[in-house]
Amino acid sequence: MTTTTETTGRLQDAVLEAAAHLYVWALKDIPQDLRDALAAARDRETSTTGVRILETIHRNVSIADEQKNLVCQDTGIAVYTCRVGEHFPLHPARIYASLRAGTARATVEHPLRSNAVHVLTRENTGPNIGHRLPIVHWEFIPDWDGLDVKCVPKGSGSENMSFLKMCVPADGVSGIKKFVLESIVDAGGKPCPPGIVGVGIGGSADYAMYLAKEAIARPVGTRNPDPLVAQLEDELYGLLNETGIGPMGLGGDVTVLQCHIEHADTHMTLNPVAVNYQCWAARRASAHIGADGTVDYDREF
Amino acid sequence: MAHHEVTFPITDPAEILKLRAGDEVTVQGHIIGIRDRTQIRIFDQGVEPPMDLTGAFLLHTAPNVRKVAEGKYEKICIGTTTSARMVRFTEGLGEQYGVRAICGKGGFPDVAIEPMQRLGMVYFAIVGGAAALETTQIEEIEEVLWEELMPECLWKFRVKDFGPLIVGIDAHGNSLYHDVQARAHDKLKELYARL
Repeated sequence: MTTTTETTGRLQDAVLEAAAHLYVWALKDIPQDLRDALAAARDRETSTTGVRILETIHRNVSIADEQKNLVCQDTGIAVYTCRVGEHFPLHPARIYASLRAGTARATVEHPLRSNAVHVLTRENTGPNIGHRLPIVHWEFIPDWDGLDVKCVPKGSGSENMSFLKMCVPADGVSGIKKFVLESIVDAGGKPCPPGIVGVGIGGSADYAMYLAKEAIARPVGTRNPDPLVAQLEDELYGLLNETGIGPMGLGGDVTVLQCHIEHADTHMTLNPVAVNYQCWAARRASAHIGADGTVDYDREF
Repeated sequence: MAHHEVTFPITDPAEILKLRAGDEVTVQGHIIGIRDRTQIRIFDQGVEPPMDLTGAFLLHTAPNVRKVAEGKYEKICIGTTTSARMVRFTEGLGEQYGVRAICGKGGFPDVAIEPMQRLGMVYFAIVGGAAALETTQIEEIEEVLWEELMPECLWKFRVKDFGPLIVGIDAHGNSLYHDVQARAHDKLKELYARL
């Protein structure tokens, strides 16, 4: 008979292995939906410089595939999204410890560039771990015994292009649209366009940004289940590509690959809008871990 | 769109003057990797860089490397970071140290245009995120100084066919970034009217 301690140990190891694998996998092998979006961007672009840039991106992805190298040198901050089943037999406190250990192992063993520093001293704090690093988003699922883990290494070039505005109700939906447009124009070439614009609306100031981060981690071109929000995604996607910022901010037709929005209901006097950018190398990788510790790697979340 | 091949470090300032915003450039020779902390040390802490930067090409980078011996590193993945964070060092690099080219991604804001014109400097835009490709164009890490700032050290790379690079800001007062932003702001007015 399996003891609780044995189960805990086996699951801790499974989550650690998965975290280490997902971090490196995400950095080297970008998802198919993103490859398709980049190919469509190249076909659509008409500016000479823009085409040259999108062809170079395509060439880079092929070289990363052939040489099993990182697509981009920025190994980012490791951000994980966990969907934890009610009956998954490992407590989230232990899941976090394993994600942290897995991030460190991947960084040391590959080796990967370590980006984590103390925010005031700027001294390196360890192999991509530190106080409150890595970052984990949690979701808890009733009547289920599994665990889904998604790793999204988030580069700083795009993360630096994050914007929050506490619009007021009188600003309406057009206030939301204006703020997103203005943010992406101001970001220019800095976040490595064409990428995914994540927008979080509603909730509170902090929750809006949390939702914007959830939005960038979705498969490219997926739509919000709320038809009103999905309509806003379509509209903003079109408007953003009319700004002419273009690939790498050097001008062109393709400024963004997609616009994804996540929303929450909010206070009657609030209208928060958060924008979180994800670069063209929108890296993500997922795994499903069963209650028995088996790990399946897929990308459907 | 003209194409040029330039070998760095340059000795003749005319090499820079012939480049025009929008031109494509391939670089040969030696380039110097530099980043936020490297430049903060030089300019804010007043520490002289232990490397001659005359006529140099600087790359905004902090690479993934493997240490193979004392002071010797092997490349793993070398790519380029966002330049705008480091724009305030542009004038000092050109005036005090004779740097002639700065390469990064995302561009410099307009404040860089005047010193680059006055000092005969150019900004090269690389394709950000295309680090797997960039790594193949770096033949060797020849020198690493200020190792204690790892990975934000002073790096000397020998490169072959480094590019494609686009001249983002030339030494004649032209900036593609300025032009794109100006057009985008005009466009925004039109888009806002439609909302």
